[in-house]
Amino acid sequence: MSARSAEPVRIIAGRDLTRSYRLDGVEVHALRGVTLEIAPGDYVSIVGRSGSGKSTLMHLLGGLDRPTSGQLLIGGRDVATLGAAEMAGLRNTTIGFVFQSFHLLARTSAVDNVALPLVYRGIRAGERQRRAAAVLERVGLSHRLDHRPNQLSGGEQQRVAIARALVTDPLVLLADEPTGNLDSASGRAVLALLEELNAEHGVALVVVTHDSDVAARAARAITMSDGQIVHQGPRQERGGPHIPEQRQAP
Amino acid sequence: MRLAEAWRVALGALRANRLRSGLTMLGMVIGVAAVVVLVAIGTGAKQLVESQVEGLGSNLLIVVPGKVQFGSVPSVSRLQLSDVDAVARLVGDRNRVTASVQSGETVRAGTAAKFTTVLGVMETTTQVFIREVGRGTYLTRSDVDTQRRVAVLGSNVARTLFGDREPLGQQVTVAGVRFRVVGVFTPVGQSLGVDRDDEVHIPITTAHRLFDTTRVDALAVKAPDREHLEELGRRIVAELAHRHPGTDFSAVTQEQILGVLGTILGVLTGVLAAIAGISLLVGGVGVSNIMLVSVTERTREIGLRKAVGARPRDIGVQFLLEAVLLTCLGGVLGIGLGLGAALAVTALTPVPASVAWWSVALAFGVSAGVGIVFGVVPAQRAGRLDPVVALRTD
Repeated sequence: MSARSAEPVRIIAGRDLTRSYRLDGVEVHALRGVTLEIAPGDYVSIVGRSGSGKSTLMHLLGGLDRPTSGQLLIGGRDVATLGAAEMAGLRNTTIGFVFQSFHLLARTSAVDNVALPLVYRGIRAGERQRRAAAVLERVGLSHRLDHRPNQLSGGEQQRVAIARALVTDPLVLLADEPTGNLDSASGRAVLALLEELNAEHGVALVVVTHDSDVAARAARAITMSDGQIVHQGPRQERGGPHIPEQRQAP
Repeated sequence: MRLAEAWRVALGALRANRLRSGLTMLGMVIGVAAVVVLVAIGTGAKQLVESQVEGLGSNLLIVVPGKVQFGSVPSVSRLQLSDVDAVARLVGDRNRVTASVQSGETVRAGTAAKFTTVLGVMETTTQVFIREVGRGTYLTRSDVDTQRRVAVLGSNVARTLFGDREPLGQQVTVAGVRFRVVGVFTPVGQSLGVDRDDEVHIPITTAHRLFDTTRVDALAVKAPDREHLEELGRRIVAELAHRHPGTDFSAVTQEQILGVLGTILGVLTGVLAAIAGISLLVGGVGVSNIMLVSVTERTREIGLRKAVGARPRDIGVQFLLEAVLLTCLGGVLGIGLGLGAALAVTALTPVPASVAWWSVALAFGVSAGVGIVFGVVPAQRAGRLDPVVALRTD
């Protein structure tokens, strides 16, 4: 499947992105010139060893961080021109994050966790609850609305997190090792849910992973090494040369 | 983020850490309660003194030898009854002038005895000062003129010597000399540290013979009106100085007494409030400290909130409200505790603690202010957290 139309409307467009920072006085070049586009409906995987720069890239794509150099457009807006508050608004409207460790608020019900992004849109409590409940139903958790994270299984927690990412109707879901903390069955279910949302609702999906099996499912696989993209193209062969740290599901 | 929502989040965060919130609040509670109750005690003491001074009578001039100054040694009086007559002529009304000589003596009735203050006075005393005779009569002019051995007892003295028996017409001995009880005062309580129910009044002429002296310790004049009070005082002092060259005299008004005492008590109240203010400050530092800990602890939460669209300001407001809520709740509880403590002080001590509403308003305002001042730094720190770093924290 290719979502790139003749004149693609890019959700994210990065050109010559670099990101360096000082760590204990040593200059670290986490990204060294990455050019990348995410279009509506894309299904992209980013794979690489730890330290390859894939997390840094995801932070840039999600508007959590800014490049040291290069141009980055998110939702058509150049992040270099945006202040912290505008970046926050951009994340709220455009991006849906799914994290490896779920990042749900403890002591907070599933429905309130899902409704959280709407709080920062100034939407009233009743409307928030209604929308959050609808999204939870979409991820198959309509029977878990009032459960707290510690009352849910790992797979259920990740589905709550996916619902939270979806509640704002984002253009792209950025999933950072979404199956990393899950057993294989839950991991497969979560991945299937993400793919279904991508296929049926057209939301672009970017999955950052070091699992080659997961990476191989994407329509486009990007392999990173040492802060650069070393391979980018349609579906890779399994067990390709640049896929490290095998973590095979049984 | 809506403000109502921010309040809800702040309240939820405080509730999630009940013990810690409570202990942090305790610093504020104690500080605010201290302000309220200490100011109440200071105010109450001031009112007590004012009511006692005013309870003596109105438009009074107390004339004593020497200069009235704190720390000065009381002068030996050279005033005589002839001076009293001179002052009475100056005032133009003998009934407005009284004089006294006093001595500590043992008063006995049968086997009962009491060491008390025996005052030799003129019969005009009850017209100059507010003093009521409950039973019997006060001294008369003829008692004074003829040196009668008659006495009017303070209510405590009467109770000690006679218990439930009727004292009127009974004999008492003062310094071994027999007196007849003609009256008993109505209880009036203390005034400026003197128990006015613990006195015995006898004619001043009788006292002079009894104590073997002719001196007069103090003169009191009740002026006809307030306006000429100080002028009259100056004229009396001038007259007495003329009669006793080389001796100083002072005429003190109630307002002057109140002025001096009021200044002392005002300073005292200020010092108490300052001490209480320091404990409020310490409470505020505690709030700041706990808020910083809270920001560090909730770094991941802050990162997540930022990732889903919280602006730095949203996060800052959330933590600032948390601090303000903490101190305001502490302030309300502290005001409650302070009011309770003030009631307890009134019930258990002679000082009628009087809660000054300005101190309540001030204490609450200060606690809200402390929340803002000491919450700003942690709130700014939370707002500025880098979401990438915050999300990575475990």
